[in-house]
Amino acid sequence: MNCRSEVLEVTVEARQVEEAMLALLHTILLHRSTGKFHYKKEGTYSIGTVGTQDIDCDFIDFTFVRVSSEELDRVIRKAVSEFKDALSSDGMGQISLEFYQKKKSRWPFSDECIPWEVWSIKVNMVNLANEQERQICREKVGEKLGDKVINVVEVINRHEYLPKMPTQSEVDNVFDTSLKDVQPYLYKITYQITDSLGTSVSTTMRRLIKDTLAL
Amino acid sequence: MDGDLSPQDKKDLDKFIKFFALKTVQVIVQARLGEKICTRSSSSPTGSDWFNLAIKDIPEVTHEAKKALAGQLPGIGRSMCVEISLKTSEGDSMELETWCLEMNEKCDKDIKVSYTVYNRLSVLLKSLLAITRVTPAYKLSRKQGHDYVILYRIYFGEVQLGALGEGFQTVRVGVVGTPVGTVTLSCAYRTNLAFMSSRQFERSAPIMGIIVDHFVDAGGGGGSQRPVNMGQPCNYRAPDDEDGGAFAGVQDSQEVCTTSFSTSPPSQCVCTLSPSPSKLSKPLPLDSLQLPLAPGLVAHALYASRLSYQPAPTGGAAEFNTNQGFQAGKEGGGIVLVPAPPPPHGADVQLTVENAPDTTSSSGDEDGLLQSGEGRSVSPCDPVESLNAFTRKVGAFVNKPSAQITAASLDLPFAAFAPRALDSEENDPMVNPPASPPSQSPLQASLHSQGSEGSGQQDDFVMVDFRPAFSKDDLLPMDLGTFYREFQNPPQLASLSLHTSSQSMADDLDSLPEKLRVYEKNIDEFDAFVEMLQ
Repeated sequence: MNCRSEVLEVTVEARQVEEAMLALLHTILLHRSTGKFHYKKEGTYSIGTVGTQDIDCDFIDFTFVRVSSEELDRVIRKAVSEFKDALSSDGMGQISLEFYQKKKSRWPFSDECIPWEVWSIKVNMVNLANEQERQICREKVGEKLGDKVINVVEVINRHEYLPKMPTQSEVDNVFDTSLKDVQPYLYKITYQITDSLGTSVSTTMRRLIKDTLAL
Repeated sequence: MDGDLSPQDKKDLDKFIKFFALKTVQVIVQARLGEKICTRSSSSPTGSDWFNLAIKDIPEVTHEAKKALAGQLPGIGRSMCVEISLKTSEGDSMELETWCLEMNEKCDKDIKVSYTVYNRLSVLLKSLLAITRVTPAYKLSRKQGHDYVILYRIYFGEVQLGALGEGFQTVRVGVVGTPVGTVTLSCAYRTNLAFMSSRQFERSAPIMGIIVDHFVDAGGGGGSQRPVNMGQPCNYRAPDDEDGGAFAGVQDSQEVCTTSFSTSPPSQCVCTLSPSPSKLSKPLPLDSLQLPLAPGLVAHALYASRLSYQPAPTGGAAEFNTNQGFQAGKEGGGIVLVPAPPPPHGADVQLTVENAPDTTSSSGDEDGLLQSGEGRSVSPCDPVESLNAFTRKVGAFVNKPSAQITAASLDLPFAAFAPRALDSEENDPMVNPPASPPSQSPLQASLHSQGSEGSGQQDDFVMVDFRPAFSKDDLLPMDLGTFYREFQNPPQLASLSLHTSSQSMADDLDSLPEKLRVYEKNIDEFDAFVEMLQ
């Protein structure tokens, strides 16, 4: 199975990094989360309800919608915060949100994680000199994020591969059931920092290897 | 063909599409209420949350949607559209976007209705939630209330995009294939809004409060080419806040309230506000602009804090003072009023009128207010200027012969510098600068000054012969221009001229060795100095 891979690129100021990442990651997760499954007899299940919340950004002229789940928000914020700390003031980086399925292997092999969708968000950081430029940046980044949300929605609405709805025993191989109010697909967030010397060679190699293994 | 679908599936599919349409309308209208939406997740299903999403149902919106659908479902050739428009307090309105739920013939026979279609419709609703925050109308709707409201209108049938102006953009939210056709959800939005950022309308200084506008009744705002039902305001509050009755009452009145202002010369700040009696059944508090405001009340509350402004009048427009301000709403994309940030009480609102390119119903010849072409920002004109003229002091630098002035008649702090017959050098402030004078601006000399110098006489008309503070107190009284000209080329500094006159180049060269010897002698000092600097 081929893993679907999408790349989004944004150019932001240092203080906008967190909100821009949160906006995009939450938009993706909104579409990739369902309500909690409640399995009943005979293999049927009912699904809980997902609430939504509007979040205004402070440093960007933008409002995004996220799932109403404090737990999920905490996890995402922590990852974004680590990413932001790792980014230098002028650098580039990439944060990846990967949805995967677990495939149980026989002992002694550990479970395989097979990604089926990877979203990579490339971030270029800029430094701005004065307040007027920052104001322009606020609006421009807001518009760009709007375009990215439209991109995300476009990809998701192609309705390409999604894991099959699992039985009760398999649900943990497909969904993250650790949260108490919503149930996103199994995901992991990783990031890479490209320093200004451009260790892009190693990044490219790393990506090639990852992609090869993912197939 | 429907025959391939089991009756149960067909029934389910119809139900899904019906509720999907209703939920779509709810999401769109709620996104234009001007508030942030927040609903809670619930791990146990309540059974009433369609598509597993917590989307509240506003009863009036559901009612309107059902009325528009009239028992039918969106189908091929029968689209359900939600039109979002903006209506200013003057009654001008403009369509901002149209959301279309359409069905086309492309069928997906193999898809499972109860499972895949349902889930995909759920994803599509989530996409709609995300996209409704992205189109330009969202930002406008968050700022509604003071100067304009956002209205919605639901209709069924053919999609009408003509009123969106030229160059409108379309964004597709998503598609879901079903056995009877493909459901498509998209939005067409006006683009010239994109140029209306709040930055354009920031003013450097507030204009203080003369209200000379005269507003006439918008006359319903609608024109022949607009649908009769202008739309409902997107300003609903939760049902426990107000009863449906008030809302129903608001729906009836789409008109701007009639307020009248007296025609006043700029020096008098007189205005009277009288809301039109035909408006709300419930009085709403004026001081709280946060309440949901019916269009009529928006105007009322607005005018209480409105300031004077006018667009640059065109030929046909009367002077602003005579309150021709904003004529009755010309329909069809005339004015867009961009709100200023919420004004503090009774103070400084700056409003600008922006012109959107006209759409279908424009008749070209608009009122003085509406001009084709790009938007222009308003500059304060006649009323303020004439007010300034009224109270402007007589020219501070007007040159007057000294004979007309006596020191006693001046209340200037620098009256001492006013020329008497022939002042001697001792009184020249340039030579003998006075003890530092109180730092008052000479411009404080006003027509009715109460300066501490005291003035015996109060002439009917006092000319202020002002001198720049350190001007030479010469025989000739000097105005600023002369002063500048004279002192533009000051004489050389004494120390410089001494050198040039006393020493020639040759002398300079001769003195060099001597200088070098001195420097060499003190070389240690110099080195120590340089090191200190490093």
